[in-house]
Amino acid sequence: MSEARWSESDTSPERIDAALRELLRERHAENETLVPARVLNLVVIADREWRGEVVNRLERVGRYHPSRTILCTVEDNRRTIDGYATVSGDVSSGGGVGVLRESVEISLGAMHTGRIDTIIDPILIPELPTVVWSPHSQDDAVEALLALADVILIDTDDPVYFDGPGAALARAADLLESDVDVVDLAWLRTIAWRERLAGSFADPSRAGLLDGLRRIYIRHHDASIVSALLLTGWLASRLGWVPSSLEPAAGGARQATASRAGGGPSIGIEFNPVAQSVRGLSGVTVTGSSGFSLSFERAPGGLIAREQKAGSKPREWQLFGASRGEAGILGEGVRQALIRDHIYGPALQAARSFSQ
Amino acid sequence: MSAIDIDAEVDTNPLVTGLERQPVRSTAVVIFGAMGDLASRKLLPGIYNLAHEGALPERTALIGVSRSSMTDEAFRAHARESIDRFSRRRPDPDVLDGLLANFSYVSGTFDEEALYKKLDDALGALDEGVGTPLNRIFYLSTAPEFFPVIASRLGEAGLNVADDAEVRVVIEKPIGYDLASARAQNVAVLEYFAESQVFRIDHYLGKETVQNLMALRFANALFEPVWNRNFIDNVQITAAEDIGIGTRAGYYEGAGALRDLVQNHMLQLLALLAMEPPTAFEANRLRDEKVKVLEAIAPPALDEVADMAVRAQYAAGVVSGAESVGYREEPGVAEDSRTETYVALQLFINNWRWAGVPFYLRTGKRMTRKLTEIAVTLRPVPHIAFQGPDSEEVQPNQIILTLQPDEAVSVSLGAKVPGTKMQIRPVNMEFHYGTSFLSESPEAYERLILDVMRGDATLFTRNDEVEALWRIIDPILAAWAQDTESPIPQYPAGSAGPIEATELLDGRSWRRL
Repeated sequence: MSEARWSESDTSPERIDAALRELLRERHAENETLVPARVLNLVVIADREWRGEVVNRLERVGRYHPSRTILCTVEDNRRTIDGYATVSGDVSSGGGVGVLRESVEISLGAMHTGRIDTIIDPILIPELPTVVWSPHSQDDAVEALLALADVILIDTDDPVYFDGPGAALARAADLLESDVDVVDLAWLRTIAWRERLAGSFADPSRAGLLDGLRRIYIRHHDASIVSALLLTGWLASRLGWVPSSLEPAAGGARQATASRAGGGPSIGIEFNPVAQSVRGLSGVTVTGSSGFSLSFERAPGGLIAREQKAGSKPREWQLFGASRGEAGILGEGVRQALIRDHIYGPALQAARSFSQ
Repeated sequence: MSAIDIDAEVDTNPLVTGLERQPVRSTAVVIFGAMGDLASRKLLPGIYNLAHEGALPERTALIGVSRSSMTDEAFRAHARESIDRFSRRRPDPDVLDGLLANFSYVSGTFDEEALYKKLDDALGALDEGVGTPLNRIFYLSTAPEFFPVIASRLGEAGLNVADDAEVRVVIEKPIGYDLASARAQNVAVLEYFAESQVFRIDHYLGKETVQNLMALRFANALFEPVWNRNFIDNVQITAAEDIGIGTRAGYYEGAGALRDLVQNHMLQLLALLAMEPPTAFEANRLRDEKVKVLEAIAPPALDEVADMAVRAQYAAGVVSGAESVGYREEPGVAEDSRTETYVALQLFINNWRWAGVPFYLRTGKRMTRKLTEIAVTLRPVPHIAFQGPDSEEVQPNQIILTLQPDEAVSVSLGAKVPGTKMQIRPVNMEFHYGTSFLSESPEAYERLILDVMRGDATLFTRNDEVEALWRIIDPILAAWAQDTESPIPQYPAGSAGPIEATELLDGRSWRRL
């Protein structure tokens, strides 16, 4: 492990940039097999009091690590900018190159966030995509950074920062309209569920059943109604359903219906919050005509699938897959920043129809 | 899966549209040679990693087949140990337990009819349990002499087809030991399986960098204009290893470097580098182009082999500061062995794009260091305006694709040395895969196993491709087999190879290892 640090109080972006260049030069001079990673810039804007939590999440991001991470912690009354920079990397044992990663932390005040672009711009690696993540919804900072950002990382599942699912989905839609790509962690929490549902109906034994779906029943973490709405929005957008508004139901549940664009029986949709330690979905059941039902339930080591078909005995099996955890979801968010997801937008629009 | 198949899938199931990972149909994998080295090191860990990622189909069952008598439980214990030891990530106990519960074992010798009856029963029971016919993959992870017998026994038992399910057979290299045996093997396998059912694995093609070779060529306008005889002087493809043969004398004595690496991996690299752009990244279109370029390489006549091929063996030497024995002193190797541990070839592709451009291939064991790379050297600039001795440093541009130890692409350029004089030095512009995509690439076998499950043969070798590969190699093997007298050139272990190999280069030099 090779690591070098720099810090300075009451500093400037130019001084931080110069320090990074010097740290990289030193590391490379010490060992020429150490070369800087060049994947993307990740700019994180966080409240100072939640710094530790954000740092922990960034450290556990796993194999999809950005190359330059710039964490800005915001304090209400701070007037100066303090900077910390770390360049670290592992020397390769196999004779190959070692990859250097750069971390910058900038302590700044609320007074700076409206023009934070002038602080961040000089520190970005210009030829790389820039991803902005504001876990505590510092919207003025995000707005200021929009011109620099290629991708905004957002978590529409976060109940603390959005006034209900409608507001969360509206914020994501606004961002999508502002010429940046949006990677939504709430959407990423539905990946396994979407893949498994799509895979199930790709099986010839279930050919035709997709057209006959009558009821969708989703169990979700109390804070993950948006993930549930996005999953349903995805189904609606792919299958041509026209969603109705959510209605409250007993026990904190909510319900809606969707009609088929081409006519036919409507689809009943229920969302039920359940006790679950991790965010995201807990289970999905799709029920069709003629006694068909298929459910997936979160379980250790993947999902448990249960199927019932008319005239057949019920079947149960495990769908393999290790849980990513919240750090893994963030890592997946960083990875997704390098690719384009063309089905999120339509799913988001359909989800908004449920929530209006 | 072809583009047409995917379109049909989208029509009937709009949910698959836009998913990064397309669904794979439920599958039973039968591994012949399930207790062997390849299964333990690559296949079982690869299948585990696919399960960990959530990439396996809804239902996945695995049946291990081997001669040893063993219970399902004992096989699962063996599989668990292999996965614990060789998986690229620490196994998640819940995923692993669940996966292993779907593993079972059938024992028998590969030519025994009863084995196939047991397999038929086991597969039938799996279908019954799942309630739908599973696709079948028969993975022949065995010595190649068993391929024909297993294929024919599968066919005779009716296991080469299944009602409402796809049946595929996977064949590991080597595909034959010469053209005749490769043809015989193809005929034996194709007697019972259609070519579209046969997946011949060359795991090199599953490596990210090899696939990136196609991205580099066909996703960038920068290279294609110079990718021809007008601008390229020569191409060198190197696959150097610093290790010796280890405990593989039994295999290696019968194979040698030409069969072990050149006939498959290195010629595949050459084909991908030199082929015409396919109209689509689709199995048969890509393989059509590879076959065309391989068929454009004229096989040498027997009396031409000495001028285009050099073979050698490593002698005693020093590797990484330690004394190392020569090949003939390795355990299990004959004292008078004529098996080559080093090969260098000069090949020409007789088509409009490449006529006259030499392609130099070299591979060897116990060389200076481990390195796999393709070096494309452009012609010198037609006129050097920088007069005087400093202009001697103007070197032709090179495009280097490194596969090992790093995955990288570099372009050498001439640049001015800072100062008052116009001095030119070569500098490198480098792209390291590991620094631009920090994610860990999947093992080649994981990608390829999933491709077999999907029925996507793009990264697998077609029968006519196998024969085209052998057609180039066969005369060299024949000439060497005839020559039982000439001494085999020796190179010291830890060196860059035999001096004789430079004679192929027409005054050029091998790149430094």
